[in-house]
Amino acid sequence: MSQNLRVKSSNFIDETSRISFKFNGKTYYGFKGDTLASALLANDIHLVGRSFKYHRPRGIMTSGSEEPNAIVQVGNDKAITEPNVRATEVEIYNGLEAKSQNCWPSVNFDIGGINNFLSPLLPAGFYYKTFMWPASFWEKYEIAIRHSAGLGRSPTKPDTDIYEHRYIHCDVLVIGAGISGIMAAKTATKNNLNTLLLDEKNELGGMTIYQNSEKFKIDNKISSEWLNDEIEELNKLDNLEIKTRTSVAAYHGYNYLLARENLTDHLSKDEKENKVRQRLLKIRAKKVIVATGSLERPLVFNNNDRPGIMLSSAVKKYADYYGVICGKNNIFFTNNDTAYESAISLLKKGINVHCIIDIRENSNSSIVKEAQDLGLKIYWSHTIVDTHGYKRLKQISIMELSKDGQSFANSNKIVLDCDCLGMSGGWTPAVHLFTQSGGKLKFREKDQVFIPNKYQSEQVSIGSCNGDFELDEIIKNSSDILKDFLKIEKTGFDNINVETSKETSKKNIWLLPSDKIVGKTKPFVDYQNDATAKDIKLALREGFRSIEHVKRYTTTGMGTDQGKLGNMHALGIIADTTGVKMGEVGTTTFRPPYTPLTFGTIVGRNVGEYFDIFRRTPMNDWHINNNAEFENVGQWKRAWYYPRGNETMYEAVQRESKATRESAGILDASTLGKIDIQGSDASEFLNRVYTNAWSKLGIGKCRYGLMLNEDGMVYDDGVTTRLGENHYIMTTTTGGAANVMGKLEDYLQTEWPELDVYLTSVTDHFATATIGGPNSKKILNKLIPDLDLSDENFPHMSFKEEKIGKINCRIMRISFTGELSYEINIQASYGKSLWEQCMDAGKEFNITPYGTETMHLLRAEKGFIIVGQDTDGTMTPIDLQMDWVVSKKKYDFIGKRSLYRSDTMREDRKQMVGLLTNDPNTVLEEGAQIISELNQTPVKMLGHVTSSYFSPNLGKSIALAVVKGGKNMMGKKLFIPMEDKTINVTVVDPIFLDKENKKLNA
Amino acid sequence: MFLINCPYCGERDQSEFKAGGEAHIERPKQPTELSDDEWAEYLFMRKNIKGIQFERWNHAHGCRKWFNMIRDTSNDEIKLIYKMGEKPPKG
Repeated sequence: MSQNLRVKSSNFIDETSRISFKFNGKTYYGFKGDTLASALLANDIHLVGRSFKYHRPRGIMTSGSEEPNAIVQVGNDKAITEPNVRATEVEIYNGLEAKSQNCWPSVNFDIGGINNFLSPLLPAGFYYKTFMWPASFWEKYEIAIRHSAGLGRSPTKPDTDIYEHRYIHCDVLVIGAGISGIMAAKTATKNNLNTLLLDEKNELGGMTIYQNSEKFKIDNKISSEWLNDEIEELNKLDNLEIKTRTSVAAYHGYNYLLARENLTDHLSKDEKENKVRQRLLKIRAKKVIVATGSLERPLVFNNNDRPGIMLSSAVKKYADYYGVICGKNNIFFTNNDTAYESAISLLKKGINVHCIIDIRENSNSSIVKEAQDLGLKIYWSHTIVDTHGYKRLKQISIMELSKDGQSFANSNKIVLDCDCLGMSGGWTPAVHLFTQSGGKLKFREKDQVFIPNKYQSEQVSIGSCNGDFELDEIIKNSSDILKDFLKIEKTGFDNINVETSKETSKKNIWLLPSDKIVGKTKPFVDYQNDATAKDIKLALREGFRSIEHVKRYTTTGMGTDQGKLGNMHALGIIADTTGVKMGEVGTTTFRPPYTPLTFGTIVGRNVGEYFDIFRRTPMNDWHINNNAEFENVGQWKRAWYYPRGNETMYEAVQRESKATRESAGILDASTLGKIDIQGSDASEFLNRVYTNAWSKLGIGKCRYGLMLNEDGMVYDDGVTTRLGENHYIMTTTTGGAANVMGKLEDYLQTEWPELDVYLTSVTDHFATATIGGPNSKKILNKLIPDLDLSDENFPHMSFKEEKIGKINCRIMRISFTGELSYEINIQASYGKSLWEQCMDAGKEFNITPYGTETMHLLRAEKGFIIVGQDTDGTMTPIDLQMDWVVSKKKYDFIGKRSLYRSDTMREDRKQMVGLLTNDPNTVLEEGAQIISELNQTPVKMLGHVTSSYFSPNLGKSIALAVVKGGKNMMGKKLFIPMEDKTINVTVVDPIFLDKENKKLNA
Repeated sequence: MFLINCPYCGERDQSEFKAGGEAHIERPKQPTELSDDEWAEYLFMRKNIKGIQFERWNHAHGCRKWFNMIRDTSNDEIKLIYKMGEKPPKG
């Protein structure tokens, strides 16, 4: 298709480089430097999407990241397609494919368009009001509502692009490279400050860089030429890093900012191959200079959303920057001087501008005079009351405003033809980042803007985001603020000669009147979410007052554009309707991100196996080579079970359990937390942190300890061994190790600093192989023939420091399975060798490696708890029937006092019991609820199953459970109701096997 | 994200630290002498003020030392950091 809508004028478009792209399946051409929006406009395409609720045809409104309408789906690859992308930000490249969203079957003919005619039936809060009843129908409504929700389509396959994170530290961060940002970056850099300059666009210079009016001069140069020279100088400076296509997403406390750097989205498929797509910059800046500029406001009038209705500054940018004519017959509609700049720029290019409609009574600024001198017709005190044209603007109707601006001076209506309307409602400072950082705003009555008031940290706002809109003010005030902020004498911009056209009059009407009754009009406030002034008024009538409530009820400002254009009008309409002052209505909270971020950017390289850190034991390779399945325990990868052939997990665990009890098994216990405790008060310390007594534990002896929280609930457990007079080694649960260490440090440093105790985490320093079973003694004997393994020399719960070969090792005779067993600890680097030696020595005894699942089964047979499985932070040792491990004699230990609180002493607390199923082959589900009465409503839930297995050694199903008042229920019959049946169980003692501990001393 | 001046290591990013709740709540020396209510006061009751709050922080991924911080919770301004055992300033 020909591009007859180009004017030859742009320095920013390379017309020698033609680029082909597809939009809605059709091929078009644009030039290098075009955005998708400018290229579409050059092809005379305004209609690019449908609105969210009414499916109204919508066109391109803006030229930047604030675009509410022209949001498209980019790419058709299921892995990397991206929804809700602003066409105004997509730089075109060969092969680009984009599609309209929220329309079916096509943007030109959209079935959903029927909603536009049903719109009287779809007011604010429609869904809340309509789908309330009958409540049971909600599930059916939900399906239909979900179908119509959302705009674009998410990718359905894993993202194949590469993303990464980068940390940056700088003296000064400048956000925004418009005229004030450039001034700031240059000033900071020249004062030897390490400076970072960011801008979301692909070119520096903001709006000034394409300014071509003789009316705006700096140093006797046209402002764009002056700025161009400044940028050229900037590029020569060291100490300055400049990043374009980089949008600051979030401004957190202490000058910590997140920005998204777009590296390859503007490149064709071949060019971006294997390159990082987007980078999340994590910036910590000593000082931040916010120069984010301002956003032009639309005007709110009836049917202000048709394709062809744009912001006046956008019409100007498309002409001046991209060389694209948005309409052949243009009209501007304004309440300030901005539209005049746009109109003059078009006229000078020979583009037809029919007239300007200005709601002000007059203006004598020099730019208005220039427009009049060029013969431009101006309708003063007029407003647009309606627009016409379904898929493209065709006509507008205007009427003369009354003095108060709320109605009309007369009933004359003028109809004007036009295909493009540039509107300007003034400017809104982009204070989003400033408020994100915690800054407070103040309202300036004069021109109805919120501007920064109180800063939170080392930052300033300069330029139009600080409320300076005139060129001379921008330069003078920015220079003054920079001097003060950077504590310097001069900026180099101190006495610069600036020529400008000053705006002399302002008039603001948030909702322009229409000759139709309000109910029949559609003055859009939030274009993307189809929220109209009518909806806001309805919300107020229904009693909503807080701006935050009105926002959520009407969905104003809740689209992907976050209401960058319409939020001010919503506030204005609320203020006008309720009679409250604008400054008192307040604003809604601006939350990160400023523009949407991809998930890829947020995640960076932390995908797949890099999603989380994981830890492996020194024996890990052996487990892999021997077909182990793994389970995640905290960050550890632990061997879960070792299936042979086609064994299921159940079969493998049954085999491993049986083999261990019958002969010998071996477990990799390296992951258990190990804390080395030394100091002259080590025993006293253990006395205070464990429930039982430690002072009398002999050197070379081991003891089981239970640790509580101060609230009396079981926190962790493990065996601690006394290595010397003032030296212990504590073991903790695998998952609890870091927390236990933290807790112990906390008490030592903050409550008991007088204790002479030192803690060192040695978890990673030792590898641990546990051999257990009746033949474990014979195996250990083969490994260390000189060691006397008799019960007299090496009894249960004792420790020996020995050598296997030449290597020192610590051996504890302790047991978590109820079998005779030895825990061999060795320097981690010998772990695998130790394991292999154990396997060799145990071969003749059919030593069987077992994983965590078998360990769980074996300990359950013995009635040993697992903290975190059988406890959940609400179980005291008394609840667990572990009174034996709680010292009555000790005056104090962590959690002791809580064991005597009225609540912890209740008889009907949930208590640990064993359960046997009446049918020994029925295995209970862990987590299943337990009841005592059938057919009771509401049913009383007594507790739940915490551990459940089929025990191959007992030949029946066993379970541990917590049951209210369970201690006094021995022998009682209870029920476990399941989805399809009820299981009968009997309460029993939780120790199922070898209550007399015969095996331990075998 | 705070920048916290660890009294032992210097300025570090907040991600290296762990917050530990209200500061200057001393564990009773003789818990058994306390009534249920008194014990509950120590165990459960914590201030949650908008404004100046005294807090405990731990340089968990650094020197592992605990210290005190005075922070304005309304704007996250860190007013003062001082070591464990040091008395908070008056006023």
